Order: sequence, then C-alpha cells, then structure tokens
Amino acid sequence: MPDLSFSSFVKKALARREAALTLLLVVILVPITIRSPQFLSAKNISTILNDMAILSIVAIGEFYVILSNGIDLSVGSIIAFTGMATGMINQANPTVSPILLMFAGMGIGMVMGLFNGVLVAYGKIPPIITTLGTVNIYRGLTFLLSGGTWVTAHEMSESYIAFPRNTFLGVSNLLWIALLVIAVFYYFSRYSRTGREVYAIGGNPTAAKFVGVNENRVRVVVFLISGTLCGLAGALWTARYASAVNEMATGFEMQAVAACVLGGVNFAGGSGGIIGVVLGTLFLGVVTNALPVIYLSVFWQTFVQGLIILIALTLNTMSDQRKTKKLLAQRRG
Amino acid sequence: MQQALLEVQNVTKVFPGIRALDDVHLSLRRGEVHALIGENGAGKSTLVKILTGVYIPTSGKMTLDGKEISFKNAIDAQQAGIVAIHQEASMFPELSVTENIFMGHHLRNPKTKKLDWKTMNEKTQGLLQRMQLDINPDSFVKNLSVAQRHMVEIVKALSLDADLVIMDEPTSALTGREVEDLFRIVRSLKEEGKAILFISHKFDEIFDICDYYTVFRDGQYIGEGKVAESNEDTLINMMIGRSIDQMYPHHEPKIGKKVLEVKHLSQLGAFKDISFDLHEGEILGLFGLVGAGRSEVVRTIFGIDKASEGTMHLLGKPFMPRGAIDSMRKGIALVPEDRQRQGLVLKMSLTHNISLPVLTNLCWKGMVTNKKTEMQYVQEHGDQMEIKSAGYHVEAETLSGGNQQKVVLAKWIGTNPKILILDEPTKGIDVATKAAVHEFVCDMADKGVAVILISSELPEILGMSDRIVVMHEGYQTAILDAEEATAESVMRYAIATVQMEASNA
Repeated sequence: MPDLSFSSFVKKALARREAALTLLLVVILVPITIRSPQFLSAKNISTILNDMAILSIVAIGEFYVILSNGIDLSVGSIIAFTGMATGMINQANPTVSPILLMFAGMGIGMVMGLFNGVLVAYGKIPPIITTLGTVNIYRGLTFLLSGGTWVTAHEMSESYIAFPRNTFLGVSNLLWIALLVIAVFYYFSRYSRTGREVYAIGGNPTAAKFVGVNENRVRVVVFLISGTLCGLAGALWTARYASAVNEMATGFEMQAVAACVLGGVNFAGGSGGIIGVVLGTLFLGVVTNALPVIYLSVFWQTFVQGLIILIALTLNTMSDQRKTKKLLAQRRG
Repeated sequence: MQQALLEVQNVTKVFPGIRALDDVHLSLRRGEVHALIGENGAGKSTLVKILTGVYIPTSGKMTLDGKEISFKNAIDAQQAGIVAIHQEASMFPELSVTENIFMGHHLRNPKTKKLDWKTMNEKTQGLLQRMQLDINPDSFVKNLSVAQRHMVEIVKALSLDADLVIMDEPTSALTGREVEDLFRIVRSLKEEGKAILFISHKFDEIFDICDYYTVFRDGQYIGEGKVAESNEDTLINMMIGRSIDQMYPHHEPKIGKKVLEVKHLSQLGAFKDISFDLHEGEILGLFGLVGAGRSEVVRTIFGIDKASEGTMHLLGKPFMPRGAIDSMRKGIALVPEDRQRQGLVLKMSLTHNISLPVLTNLCWKGMVTNKKTEMQYVQEHGDQMEIKSAGYHVEAETLSGGNQQKVVLAKWIGTNPKILILDEPTKGIDVATKAAVHEFVCDMADKGVAVILISSELPEILGMSDRIVVMHEGYQTAILDAEEATAESVMRYAIATVQMEASNA
C-alpha cells in the first residue's frame, strides 16, 4: 500500500532535487529581500532572468553531454568563435537580419560540436581530453578569424544590438529564446527516442549495447546539441553586450557545469533533468546578483561560485550514499 | 592424522533470498594440498571469500591453529596468514614485481622511516630464487606472461609468510608447460609445510597434485576423503548426485522447422568449432563449467562479439549480425547473464527499461515516444511477468534480484523473438521466481519460439532441455538427447574425460 499521508508527500517532494532547490531559493531570498527590498522588484527580477538566459541555453547543452557521462569544456570557446563570426558578418553586411545571424551562429556551433563528437565517438578519445584540446583550438581560431581586433558597438547594426532587448508581450526576445530552448529540450529529453537513449548510454553503456542502442550516434548527438546551443548563445552574447571580444565567455564552461551539478545532474551520467538544470542556473543567477546587495565585493563572486559547486557535489554524493544504504537495508530486511 | 591448521565448522552464509553456504565443514592440514570440488554455484567461491575476510559468515566457527578467528576485512585475513591467489590476478600492471609483492606491507628503514627498496629488492630476489623462478624483480608486471603473474602472486603470498595459500582456478589461463611449473611450486610449498586449498574443475589436475578432497554441492558439505583412495566416478557422483527435488514444468516439444544453423563457429581465444541446429519450439540446453565459453557463443550469435570463423544460417539465409540491432531486427533476443551490468539500466525506471528495446516501434515518426502507448505496452508485458514493485515508475535498482530478472524478461518478450537466448536466467534468484522463469521458458517454446538455455545447474538443464550441447574449455564435446542424457553423462562431457578417453584409445 503506498503511503499517501501529507508528511510522506513532503518528504518525497524534498527528496527530489528540483523541489529542494526551489525551497533553498526561497530561503535565501528572504534575508536578501529584508536587507534590500528592491531585490524582488520587477526590474531586478527581469535583470536576473535576462542575465541567466544565455547561461541556461549553454547549460542545457552541457547537461546532455554530462548525462551521457562526458563533459564539454569547449563551450566558452565555441561561444567566442561564433560570437566573433556573427559580429563580423554583421559588420560586413549590416542589413542581414538578426534572426539569420542566430541561425548562422547555430550552424557554425553545430560544426564545432560535430568535430568534438566525432573525436569522442569514433576517435575514442575521452571527452575531457577532446574538449581540453578543442577549447584551445577554437579560442585560437577566434583570434585568427578576428586578427586580434574587436568588433565594437558602432560597427554593428542597430537592429542586431537591439534584437535581444526588444520585447514581445513584455518579455525580451532573449528570454523568449531561452524559454523556447528549455521547452524544446525538456520535450526532447523526456519524449524522444534519442533522449531516452542518452539516459541509457549514461546509465549503463553495456546494457544499452545489448538492446542495440548505437553508442557512437548518441555520443555525436550530445556534442552536436551542445555545440549548436553554444552557437546560438554566441550570436546572442555579441548582440547583448554590443561587442565581440576575443576573450569573451572565457571560463563559461565552469558556470555551465556548475548549473548542471547544482541541478542534481549525476556527474557519472544517467540521471538528471532539464528542470533541475534551469533551477540550478537560476540559483547561480540569484546568488551572483545578490552579492552586491549584501555588500560582498565582486571579488568574492568566483569564490562563492566555487563554494556552491562543492556544496552541491557533496550533497549529491551524500544523497546517493543514503539511497544505496536504504536499498541495502531494504534487501536485507 | 595430524592436527588441522584451519578448521571450518558449521559455517553458514545467507544472502537475501539464497543460502550460499549451509552448515559446511572443511579442515586443512599443513603440508597438504586440499582440493575443494563442486559445480558452479556450489559455494566454493563464497567460502574463499569468507576465509579471506571479504564476506562475514552469518553463523559458524573458524579456528586457525586452534585459535578462533573472525576477520573484519582482507587485511585481517592476510595478517593471520591466509592468502588467496585469485582467478583474475589482482595486480598493478604499471608497477615492478618488487613493488607489487610489497604493496600493503612495505618495509621501512627503522631509523629514517623511508621505504627501504634495497632490502625489499633483495628479499624479492631471494624468494624468486627459492622458487627457482627466472623473473627480474625490476620488470613491470604488465610485461610478464599470465603464468609469471601467477607466480608473482604466489611469491607475494610467501612474502606475507602465509600458512594457508588458496588457489582459485589457478590453471585456467595457463598452458601445459606453465601448469607443470606451477605444480612444481605447489609441491615445494607443500614441503615447506604450507597448507594449500586448491580449487579446480579439472579432474586430471586434482588427481595429479592433490592429497585430500572436500566436495560441496548447492552450498552444502557432501563429503571428504583421500584423493588416492577415490576415483573419478565417486567424485562425479558426489558433485551431482542430488535427488532432483525440484519440479520442472511439463514440456511436450512440438519441434518445427529449422530456424538456426550454426556451423564451425569459432572465436579466437574463446571457443572453437561449435556446430548445432536449432528448431522452432525446441529448448536447447547449453551446458559447461566456468570458462567453457558458453556465454561467448551466444554473444557471438547475437552479434555483440564477432566470430573469427564459421557460418550461421537463419531460416536458410546466411546470417552474421554486425551488432545487437541487427539480430534484434531479425528476431533474436538475448537475456544476458549479468542482469545488473548487461540487462538493466539501474537508474532508469521500469517503464523505460522495458520499452528500451522497442522504442523504435513505440515512436511516432521514429522520433517522439507516445506515453500512452508506451504505458500500455509496459503494463501488458510487465503484468505478464508478475513483477512485484511499487509501480512501473520506480527505478530498477530498487527491486530484488528476482524481480529485476522479471523486468529483463519482460523487456525481451515484447520484441516477439523467434529465437530466445537465456544466459543463466535463474542465477541467484529465489525458488518462486525460478519456477516462474521455468514456466515462462516452456510457454515460449510451446508458442513455437526456439530457445537456447544456458545454465550451470545440471538439474535445470536436464529438466528443461530437449537437447543438450555440452562444452568444455571452448570445445563442443557432445550433443545429447535429453531423454538419454543423465547427470553423469553430461558432467563427464563437461569435464571432457570422455573425449580424452576416446582420444587416448
């Protein structure tokens, strides 16, 4: 007989990372808002959401790679290359529509992700090594492409720069795009065959092989997704910050990984969900945004981010161990 | 008879749903090579794990040199003087022989507390010389042959001053010459007054090297005696001579047309020259002891591994699958031996596990899974197997072994196979589930499915099969009609004494 009481419902809900993270978000919001009531103003909330939109897009790509028991360290460099490329296309042809630039970014990113995926799947090079190589290759290509120069705001068309900020139904295009990506990939992870196969490959590659899952195909697909989303993020990044700089998005892979880990994605692959990743991103956004409010200098930001990652990982491990113990106890009993 | 070095009394080990050891006895004496004999799953490995501190017995008493012992971990056992040389040598390939031998009990310079490599090297050299082994203490273990690695493991046991050396299938990977070398060392250990527990499936070796034997069957102590006063027949009878107390469902074979024809199938290093036919509605048993290559044969038929030689015909057409997806499309299903490692994705729900092999069919336009159809499908096949769980949404890892096995079966029946291959489908599961699995296998055969059943349990093979293919160390030694086969004849082919007699004649 399943336990239907309220307390067991609460316990079960809290056992899920998504619910625990939401609760934690509320808990830290209380003292921040008391300290600075403007924190929850519509304007500030919109700032946080827009700040986090690009990260959420990239983190979703990273999520698929981690889910397949890999890691993509090259996301920052793909963003930089595609951002620089779209900036330069815009500089050369100011009349090109921003939407077209988004697709150009995705196309370039897709090729870069494909390269990662083929090396991992067919070259049998571990993902961490592959992307450790390509993170430098892609950054180097960015410098080669730009010749070391920047694309500045006045060299870009106004329509491109305005694109992420323009609103539709009161919500910025940037946020709409992020929401669309979240929706599409939520659906993909839960209801598509390939999505299911990513879980299977990450959870148990041997068992997946015995049911005929094509492991190489899955490994290419996850990097393809990650690259494409980074390309989209690059095109948005250049427009939003109104400049294309060679050093842009350096170290962004760490934030993407952090969002996944915070969202309860298993680092060894096989479990986690899109909602968790989005909440993880949001949590990072709130904390980063709140630091100035509680008079912590910006210099503390990276320190605090690192601390959060460690705490999240510790929590993940602890809950895994608890689960294992509980299972063992059940079987003995 | 001299006093025993190690005395195991009334030891029982219970795992959930299974009694691996039930009130067993064993006494080992110094200067004696003692054979522990039994089928797969008789409880030999469990006892070894208890003696080496890996498992803690549920009840019972063990004494070493008259003192009662209980080990909390493997280090305890080592310090007490019990060392096991494992089937798969557990060594550090990137370290030298000396480093391997002293791993865990390094010698230190008493003054400086630094590791004293000079003394360790000298000691290793001394031990190797004592064993008349031509191995350089500085060479890396990865550069040694399998036989040499075994020798190093033995030397390690000596460096620990072990009184009792356990050898679990030490010859399985060795050539004839290397076996001779090993036996020479075993004899010299014996002369030094060590007790040796020797586990082997090979009777010629047991008669060659062992002085005394103990037989286990189904986790129970059956008997013991002097090897010199016994013969093969007695030992085989002790190994298999159980009353077939378990009932097997009645199966009236309706043999149909030939589905699969395997000819001279070989895979380098695993099996050679396997040939058999398989028909609709037939249950073909595949029997052999550990290392006979049964799993490798079916993995090759299913396309997980590649054959190096031979041909297969499926319904008259040439067939050589390039992967699981290939053979699945052609109607073959393989329920693998290790359900946790090969059969299930433990972190996924039952629903997702059961639908995994048929996702393509459940997809609309090949891409999007339809939740409702999926649930219907999962319920239909899951309910058929009577899986006991909190629901189909729970993760596979929360289930007991027997129920996990039902999930694996449910996962495969939905693929509507023409050929169903089951590799040890009842290993480690409780009696009730076992009966359910037997029922299921017969049902499938009655529906015209061709079944290949691998099992290490002789009664199961005899009780279920219509015909039995027996393998020994990668070779096919017999195809027997189940009507005529007896436990004894099957076991004889499995240890290949029949063939040897024939070839000697």
